Amino acid sequence: MVQVAMTVNGKAVTADLEPRTLLVQFLRETLRLTGSHVGCDTSQCGACVVHLDGRAVKSCTMLALACEGAQVTTIEGLAQGAALHPMQQAFQDNHGLQCGFCTPGMVMTGVDMVNRLGHDLADATIRHELEGNLCRCTGYHNIVKSIAQGARDMGAPALAAE
Amino acid sequence: MHAFEYAAPSSVADALTALAQDDAKLLAGGQTLLPTMKQRLATPSVLVDLRKVAGLAGVTHEGDALVIGAMTTHAEVAANETVKQALPALAALAGWIGDPAVRHRGTLGGSLANNDPAADYPAAALALGATIVTDRREIAADDYFQGMFETALEENEIVTKVKFPIPEKAAYQKFRNPASRYAMAGVFVAKTKGGVRVAVTGASSGGVYRESAFEEALTANFSADAIKDIKVSPDELITDLHADADYRAQLVGVMARRAVASA
Repeated sequence: MVQVAMTVNGKAVTADLEPRTLLVQFLRETLRLTGSHVGCDTSQCGACVVHLDGRAVKSCTMLALACEGAQVTTIEGLAQGAALHPMQQAFQDNHGLQCGFCTPGMVMTGVDMVNRLGHDLADATIRHELEGNLCRCTGYHNIVKSIAQGARDMGAPALAAE
Repeated sequence: MHAFEYAAPSSVADALTALAQDDAKLLAGGQTLLPTMKQRLATPSVLVDLRKVAGLAGVTHEGDALVIGAMTTHAEVAANETVKQALPALAALAGWIGDPAVRHRGTLGGSLANNDPAADYPAAALALGATIVTDRREIAADDYFQGMFETALEENEIVTKVKFPIPEKAAYQKFRNPASRYAMAGVFVAKTKGGVRVAVTGASSGGVYRESAFEEALTANFSADAIKDIKVSPDELITDLHADADYRAQLVGVMARRAVASA
């Protein structure tokens, strides 16, 4: 067992892990953050996408030990209390999901897209950027709409609290 | 995945020491090695992670070459302003590897060391006449690629950087498998001072190779028309579920013409 320390959703965490532990196993089984899903386990489907130091990665294809000292953000780390993140809200508003299994990865990929490419995303850009995320229910149309809205809303100034 | 020990050395010298252990393997971005280990097709006893080794990542413009560190990710190459200015074809190629999450982890050195017959970077390295720099020597691309998953690298040799001479013109075009997005045929065309070089990936059972008939015709006349009547031999090309050798031969010609037209 090897000790690893990282920051997950803003909280410092440490654990003793077998070197072969994948990041997604550490998140789900050790930290019980089960929002990141394992769909394919072969880096095709994107249900396990999390942010590592601000960049989208497939947590099924990362060793937990390789995240030593890193900042990891999972789907559980997006919402501020009861208020959904604008990208999560956009998926709700546009019915961007059916069964919901792929949704955490879709949302994390959408946020990463905005971080790199800005708030005004063409549909063609969104579809190209979604190559690593599979959805077997929706046919993608509402996912693309959701990400386009989420991108715009992430750029809008936050409404002042009443 | 079978159990293994993990080391994350901070220098090339320490990495070489760690690699000297039995069945040790290098870990770069892990986007091929980790899936291979999950399938138990690779079962190293020690993984030597290069992520802490200083000086292995980054892009510099040195004279008439672009020098890219082996641990530079595909996403960094795709977005790097120096690459986009000096060798836009290489930035574009990097931006079409895998998907965004894979590009955030996968590395230039990992791709070249693995030499997958459908990988994109080998086509760029071979067409541009790149030099692969390791911990102990420099290897010309023409000597480096030795067949499917085979390279000139010695056991435990570490790729540290790659020097890409800047061509007059270059472009890469690939026909992607609609499901896996791997190249079913990818052609990198480079017009250099010494003539035109054309490298093909994804199509041959021998891995990346140069299409010399195209090179001769394009050196005489750099236009898509110059190669439209040249037949690509299907003899060494791959036949699989997705495409037979004749179809791949046709794709190589079409991708080469598109590459020339877009260079």
